[in-house]
Amino acid sequence: MRKFNIKGNFEVKSIIQLYAQWIREGKLPVSSDWNKDLKIKFTVQDPCQLVRKSLGDPVAEDLRYVVKACVGEENFVDMYPNKSNNFCCGGGGGFLQATGFQDQRREFGKIKLRQILETGAKYCITPCHNCHSQIHDLSEYYDGGFHAVHLWTIICLSMGCLGENEREYLGDDLKEVGL
Amino acid sequence: MSQNALKIGREEKKTTFMQKVMEILPEGGNLNLCLTCGACSSGCPASGIEGMDPRKFLRMAALGLDEEVTKSGWVWCCTQCRRCVHVCPMNIDIPRLVYYARQSWPRDERPKGIRGSCDFALKTPGNSAMGAGSEDFKFVVEDVLEEVRETQPKFKDLQAPIDKEGAYYFLNQNSREPVTEPDEMVPLWKILHIVGADWTYSTQGWAAENYCMFLSDDEAWEKIVRNKVEAVEKLGCKVWLNTE
Repeated sequence: MRKFNIKGNFEVKSIIQLYAQWIREGKLPVSSDWNKDLKIKFTVQDPCQLVRKSLGDPVAEDLRYVVKACVGEENFVDMYPNKSNNFCCGGGGGFLQATGFQDQRREFGKIKLRQILETGAKYCITPCHNCHSQIHDLSEYYDGGFHAVHLWTIICLSMGCLGENEREYLGDDLKEVGL
Repeated sequence: MSQNALKIGREEKKTTFMQKVMEILPEGGNLNLCLTCGACSSGCPASGIEGMDPRKFLRMAALGLDEEVTKSGWVWCCTQCRRCVHVCPMNIDIPRLVYYARQSWPRDERPKGIRGSCDFALKTPGNSAMGAGSEDFKFVVEDVLEEVRETQPKFKDLQAPIDKEGAYYFLNQNSREPVTEPDEMVPLWKILHIVGADWTYSTQGWAAENYCMFLSDDEAWEKIVRNKVEAVEKLGCKVWLNTE
């Protein structure tokens, strides 16, 4: 909007900011109790567009606040480097849609693959569609053995209201939890 | 044996690609401030792909190797993630240089997938890069909603309003959900339901994605942004809410 000098009569927000706000206000009753004994480890990808290119570390902190509230602080393993300094997954900039550049995209993604594997996490939460598709593909292609999940899936799981058909990206360990 | 003396002096040279980009960017994108430190390249996941990296790209542009720079397939491997700018001591805007290198390609030679996504978005009122029509979007949303209401008693009052005037939040939705995995929209609706948010989708400009930007097609990019802004204002929403 700024590029084209368009002035809208409204605010632009990311729902990640609101998730954090709603949890702080007690409106979103998430709980990490379900993971107390399971101890399933989660990491999170910082979407470039959201973090480095738009709202910076404050929204990266919000993101971590939400994730920790849902999975338990002790079950969150951050990747390194992270927040504004994190690496791009390789799904952005049109790379996923760029016909003829698939090999290059997967080569690009090796850094992300290594970052995720080093956390030892079974799940990488990807609050961006391009990240989700790319990280899902990286895990499958390189046999990474981790799952890429949307944040809303984990939020609903942690409120015990995730339906049976809403578990496409969960592994067998979470297919039944809270059903 | 004598050698011809080397002539030193200014030859009339045409404006290089980099100079042209510098004229467009604020502060010239700092493109002529490079210290050649290489921080950009050491932290760029695209380094080495297509035999290129950000520093090399910028240095080649500075040397006026316009053909080699603009025609490199690497311009489509840079994701414009801006990590190079983040670590650069001189705040040099290499991604914008890449953006204009992309733009120097004839439109029909730019990668087909990105071009197709942009064209689909231009053709549909919802700006869906997957070409999903607004009626189809509406149908899928209503269909999924009905099923949840019937099968999940806790959510028998779940809402997914479309074109609700005066709603506080105007929510966009990536086309992938309604087109390929509609059940993935449900957790999002549940969250909004639980917090009691006043929100709406719109049949105009509902799609979250914008591939015209990645295609470096300024005119199309602007058209899409304007259509979406108009949609938010038409419904009188206070917040344009991105799902990511």
